[in-house]
Amino acid sequence: MERFFRSDFFYHFRHAPVAIVSFVTIILIILAAIFANFIAPTNPFDPASLNLMNGFTPPLEANEFTGERFLLGTDDQGRDLFSTILYGLRISLFVGLMAVLLAMVMGVLLGLIAGFLGGWIDSVIMRFADIQMTFPSILVAMLIYGVARGILPPEVRYEMSIVVLIISIGLSEWVPFARTVRGSTLVEKEKEYVTAAKMIGLTRQQIMLRHILPNVLSPVLVIATITFALAIIAEATLSFLGVGVPSTKPSLGTLIRIGQDFLFSGEWWILLFPAVTLLALALSINLFGDWLRDILNPKLK
Amino acid sequence: MTFIILNRLFQAVLVLLFVALISFLIFRFVGNPVENLMGQEATLAQRAALEEALGLNDPIHIQYFDFLWKAVRFDFGNSYRGALPVAELIASRLPATLELALTSALFAVIFGVFMGIYTAINRGSVITNFILSSSLIGVSLPTFLIGILLIWLFSVELNWLPSFGRGEVVDLGWWKTGFLSESGLKSLVLPAITLGLYQMTLIMRLTRSEMLEVLRQDYIRLARALGLTNKAVYFFHALPNILIPVITIGGLQLGSVIAFAIITETVFQWPGVGLLFINAVYFVDIPVMSAYLLLVGFAFVLINLIVDLSYFFIDPRLRDSELKDEA
Repeated sequence: MERFFRSDFFYHFRHAPVAIVSFVTIILIILAAIFANFIAPTNPFDPASLNLMNGFTPPLEANEFTGERFLLGTDDQGRDLFSTILYGLRISLFVGLMAVLLAMVMGVLLGLIAGFLGGWIDSVIMRFADIQMTFPSILVAMLIYGVARGILPPEVRYEMSIVVLIISIGLSEWVPFARTVRGSTLVEKEKEYVTAAKMIGLTRQQIMLRHILPNVLSPVLVIATITFALAIIAEATLSFLGVGVPSTKPSLGTLIRIGQDFLFSGEWWILLFPAVTLLALALSINLFGDWLRDILNPKLK
Repeated sequence: MTFIILNRLFQAVLVLLFVALISFLIFRFVGNPVENLMGQEATLAQRAALEEALGLNDPIHIQYFDFLWKAVRFDFGNSYRGALPVAELIASRLPATLELALTSALFAVIFGVFMGIYTAINRGSVITNFILSSSLIGVSLPTFLIGILLIWLFSVELNWLPSFGRGEVVDLGWWKTGFLSESGLKSLVLPAITLGLYQMTLIMRLTRSEMLEVLRQDYIRLARALGLTNKAVYFFHALPNILIPVITIGGLQLGSVIAFAIITETVFQWPGVGLLFINAVYFVDIPVMSAYLLLVGFAFVLINLIVDLSYFFIDPRLRDSELKDEA
């Protein structure tokens, strides 16, 4: 720990206000999502706690029927918006995190295999990556989502939708990981320590996972950060389009879609607060990711 | 030169065949054509007869060629919902999407290049700093939020522009256009800005950085030393040299305009192909999804090919160096 505080990394961090502000914002949002059940005044997923009479209460004003007050107002079904956003953040962050993990594991492994083994395996993997790269990832995610819905029997579609969402977003974002890792693997495998490892008779699997992998991981961290922001936006977009998470368990995107319906009747708060939360989250992750990239790998700038 | 063109063409056809293969696999194995065409009451014999008639018992590669041959003649079967031919559905909605994509691409290129040049020439001015910092927020805003924000401001609060649909369309026989009526043009403004904003930011940043790079070159200093006016230096000496990267990125972005049209069309209920696709995803309408994939794949491959080939026609240096490599 002592070493960390005296490192170059921490020195740069202390002198970059943008990095500090964005990092603190991310941490606050994540903590709020984790401890949602302690912070939130109500549990929006529990139908028993809802009162339809509370619907459309403006922020901080007293409801005309029940007299209750809500920090950020309520939505059409009388759900406290503050609580719903906190619980929605949980879903958005969970889907984003799992999708990034999936994309990372898949991309790193495929990149490692392609770079280390070369030959036709390399060609097949990288050709496939090239073709997928020509399509925007949100389109790929939508297609995978549609196909997955087609494969699943109708009765489990509803409860599986979060898993399907994670898989669709994850599979649409693996290419940048694979490309970067393949590039560094090509450099690393020519180095002496790999030759030495071959000499003492280690298997290819051992060399790839224990020797090369740790040396190609640093750019992966940067890509993971940026992909995390992309995945959160992708989840919000899909949920907004109505093909994401079910509306009984609303994520930020679902809340924005619900909010859009009431924009014309003047209930602006249902839209505004989820939108600002999403924007704050995506913007801070992007800014922090940019900073991380500049510090860890100035060449990429 | 001919070799390069043929090589690129060959690659494009390979990619297209691959996209068609995925599209075929989705069409053939994700949906169950027999189930969807016959309904619950069909007897086993009727099912077997239909399977035979649809060629579902043929070897898989024969079925693939059959699919390709049908696709070339725009025969994608019938939509599961409403039982209309998919080709007809797409053809009726294509004009809306193309008009939207074209308008937003023009908007992105014109404003992007102009603002990029402006911010490069006037470094550090108040307007430049404002444009640059607001572009950073613009990049982080998801497309659908931009659309909602614009609706809120210009439709709900100011009530200047319509918030959904295409307005009044004029039927030209084979093409329904919104360009010729006032309500059609008004309806186009907000969706086109929503769709083009991200691309505009990208083109602006690219133009700016290229312009700054070019303005550092010796031939610009020479042009100034010759006593040319600022206008002549910027537009006749600097601008032509930044066109290649701008055209490349601009062209490649046209592909994502088509994809992001799905989101914009949903926000504005724009009756285009994207809205058709998202409804197909929602209702698991496999023939529409498969045909859309093929259509978008074809558009992307075509755009990439044109961008690739256009280098050789724009930049004589590239043409010459490739020739030397071959020799």
